[in-house]
Amino acid sequence: MEIAVLTKGVPDFREGQVSFDEDGHLERGKTPTVMNPNDKFALRAALQTKVRHGGNVTLCSMGPPGYDNILEEGMRDVYADDLVLVSDREFAAADTWATAITLTAALEHMETEPDVVFAGFKTADGETGHTGPQTCWGLDRPILTHVISLDIEPENEVVRAKRLVEGDVDEIETVEAPLPCVVVTDPEFEPTYRRAEHRLELKDLREQTKERAENYEDHLTMWNHEELNLDPDFVGLDGSPTIVSSVDPIPKSPSEREATMVTPDDEEGMEQVLEEMTPFAGGD
Amino acid sequence: MTDREHYEAVVVGAGPGGAAAAARLADHGVETLVLERGADAGAKNVSGGLIYAEQSAPYTVDDLFPDFREEASERPITDYKMDNIAGNRVKTYDLTPLHENDTLWCDAVLRRKMDSWMAERVHEKCRESGGGLLTDVRVNGLLRENGEIVGVTCDELDDIEADVVIAADGVNSELAREAGLMDWDDPEEWFQGVKAVVDVPDGFVQETFGVDEDEGVARLFSGDLFQDARGGGFMYTNQDTLSIGTVFHLDSIVEERAETHELLDALLTHPHLSNWLPEEYDEVEYSAKLVPDSKKVALKEPHRDRLLLVGDAAGQMQAQGPIIKGMNHAVTAGALAADAYVTARGRSGETAGQRYATLLDREGVMDKLRPKSYDWTSGISEHPAMANVMETVAKSPVGRAVLRTGAAESLVERAFNSPRLLSMLPDIKPAYVTVPTLIGEEQGVPVSGESTVETPTLEERIGDLSYNTDIGNPHIEVVDNSWAASGTAVTACPVSAEDFGGGCYRSETVGTNGSEERVVSLDTQPCVECGTCAVVADTEWEHPRGGKGVEYEQG
Repeated sequence: MEIAVLTKGVPDFREGQVSFDEDGHLERGKTPTVMNPNDKFALRAALQTKVRHGGNVTLCSMGPPGYDNILEEGMRDVYADDLVLVSDREFAAADTWATAITLTAALEHMETEPDVVFAGFKTADGETGHTGPQTCWGLDRPILTHVISLDIEPENEVVRAKRLVEGDVDEIETVEAPLPCVVVTDPEFEPTYRRAEHRLELKDLREQTKERAENYEDHLTMWNHEELNLDPDFVGLDGSPTIVSSVDPIPKSPSEREATMVTPDDEEGMEQVLEEMTPFAGGD
Repeated sequence: MTDREHYEAVVVGAGPGGAAAAARLADHGVETLVLERGADAGAKNVSGGLIYAEQSAPYTVDDLFPDFREEASERPITDYKMDNIAGNRVKTYDLTPLHENDTLWCDAVLRRKMDSWMAERVHEKCRESGGGLLTDVRVNGLLRENGEIVGVTCDELDDIEADVVIAADGVNSELAREAGLMDWDDPEEWFQGVKAVVDVPDGFVQETFGVDEDEGVARLFSGDLFQDARGGGFMYTNQDTLSIGTVFHLDSIVEERAETHELLDALLTHPHLSNWLPEEYDEVEYSAKLVPDSKKVALKEPHRDRLLLVGDAAGQMQAQGPIIKGMNHAVTAGALAADAYVTARGRSGETAGQRYATLLDREGVMDKLRPKSYDWTSGISEHPAMANVMETVAKSPVGRAVLRTGAAESLVERAFNSPRLLSMLPDIKPAYVTVPTLIGEEQGVPVSGESTVETPTLEERIGDLSYNTDIGNPHIEVVDNSWAASGTAVTACPVSAEDFGGGCYRSETVGTNGSEERVVSLDTQPCVECGTCAVVADTEWEHPRGGKGVEYEQG
């Protein structure tokens, strides 16, 4: 099985990492870049596929040369055999359309075209959820989204998946698609290993990938627009039809709140607290 | 159904018994899968913790794991004493000769460090022979075909077939019970131990105990400080911690309705202990464990079909007065079980199980676990009338006078150091409480100083433990919640107590139709999986799923 996983570097939005200026704008320079958290689920699905069926996992991203760290993170924390970074000034400031065109070219440029391409559900910064499906359109393959569990039958060239359909009541659909295809994992995705041999293999692969991540550069390939045979007019800013007209900063929450301190020993005070809280006791 | 997985050998549990069995199997080139329910080997394991290497044993742990002493253990124990305590009077006997009898070496250990180190070696070895070691997998039963055991079933994995199943799944072995080889019925067959691991500053052990880097001390405590509970206390020096604990006959805890954590506190706060504790008492871990009494439960035929039991699962825990040996026997038994399988495989006639039982016997393991002298004498010496006679004689002016003589001192010391006499030691109160107390009273000298130790509350002790709770999926269910059937669990459970609402078992009064009834309720969140309630209360008892429940960091 040839397996590819798409990922993106995003600001680390975790508390203590992310930094905003006074106007509520993200301070990109002060905020570290990490692998998009949802992409780890895609990578876990890829690892499950490799454990069960063997093959090769290529982790692929588009971004500036420094984004090799994001690929290294994926290799270390989950798994990857090879890393591909699609990087070129001509790709800069791409929207999801231009990104999908570029990624499609990269996937088609791979020595063996992947049987399954995995992507995570939305990136933590853009939140559009467009890139995966658009890349899928570029590859002209079926797509399975919101996947929470996955079974592949390579001999029958079939992928069977459970997908979480959120609504008034969450439903789980079981769907089937032919190989090759694109799978978008849901953050609820759980790899399952019900055979001891698979868990042993998993343990080995996790060891190996951590070792490989120490010298990840040896496993990293960089491609520019010439290597991918892409016309600069159709990628990067020039190839991006999206226009961002303005950005509204998120209003800051008031940093001070009115509070009255009551000690538990103060009976009168506590009674007042109870009185105030009673209307909310029903959970309204 | 896809094709069922098959391994030549499946070993359940990665404690010393399982590790030894797996290492030996892998050395024989047997494809071996080890399944451990903890998130890490050792995360579920507690011991007092001294591990012995006996001269007479066919296998010692360092035979199987050559760097064991350097990498996995804490300190060699070079000094072994016993304190008989009566009030604040203490008489100390040197038991080093007993300790050194048949001993190549003896080290203090902490199980998380020890077991996880061994598990790494085991995994490497087993990987080479086509298997390996997996954590977070709970074996929940025996796979049978036409009624015969042919493998194991797991919570996390599909059924696995094996040519041999070695169950080293500890004192609460679910496999031993499912196979009908063990039960959880009689408190008389078990001990319960609780332990505190106490942090001490760097260099404190050397200074306080007057030992070198590669020396250590073990002390045992008995006498009147534990009310009338039959058992005693211990203190072992680790690298930079102390293991201090108490072990009592479970039936005695039941009878006395003793709160086991209070018995531990009685030891920790005794003025005698203040000699060895730092000014600031810092307890890093509270733990508890059930211990089988091999004299009563060690199985002479620990096998059924393809299933072989090893270590605590087979009741292989030797406790005769001050002789407390478990891990070494588990190691020996594990290695012998592996050898037995390899010898018997492919041959008709003797099965691996039969071969294993023969080896345990021939290598002298069974005689250590079930001394014939105990079997012969216990009928008389443990007869209630005998206990009365001994109690009366010992307490009489004659008994006291004897103890006061100089000759008695050396006689007592010689008696304590005689493995043969100790193998006959009856499990009755005079042996554990009355005599040691009288020795303390008649021969002891008062200890000076007062204890400044403030032990944590049970709530704090539970709060300091790590749990990965399996929310909504309790592993124990109370079958009969009446006070008569299950009330003992409230006091006997090491993480429960009367008037404490934060423990596993709580006492409750329920009013129905004008009458009041006392019942027990259970919350398994604070459970330390010792198994006490499985014996003393009416429960459906299982281990939590793989990786769930308590996770010891010291053990």
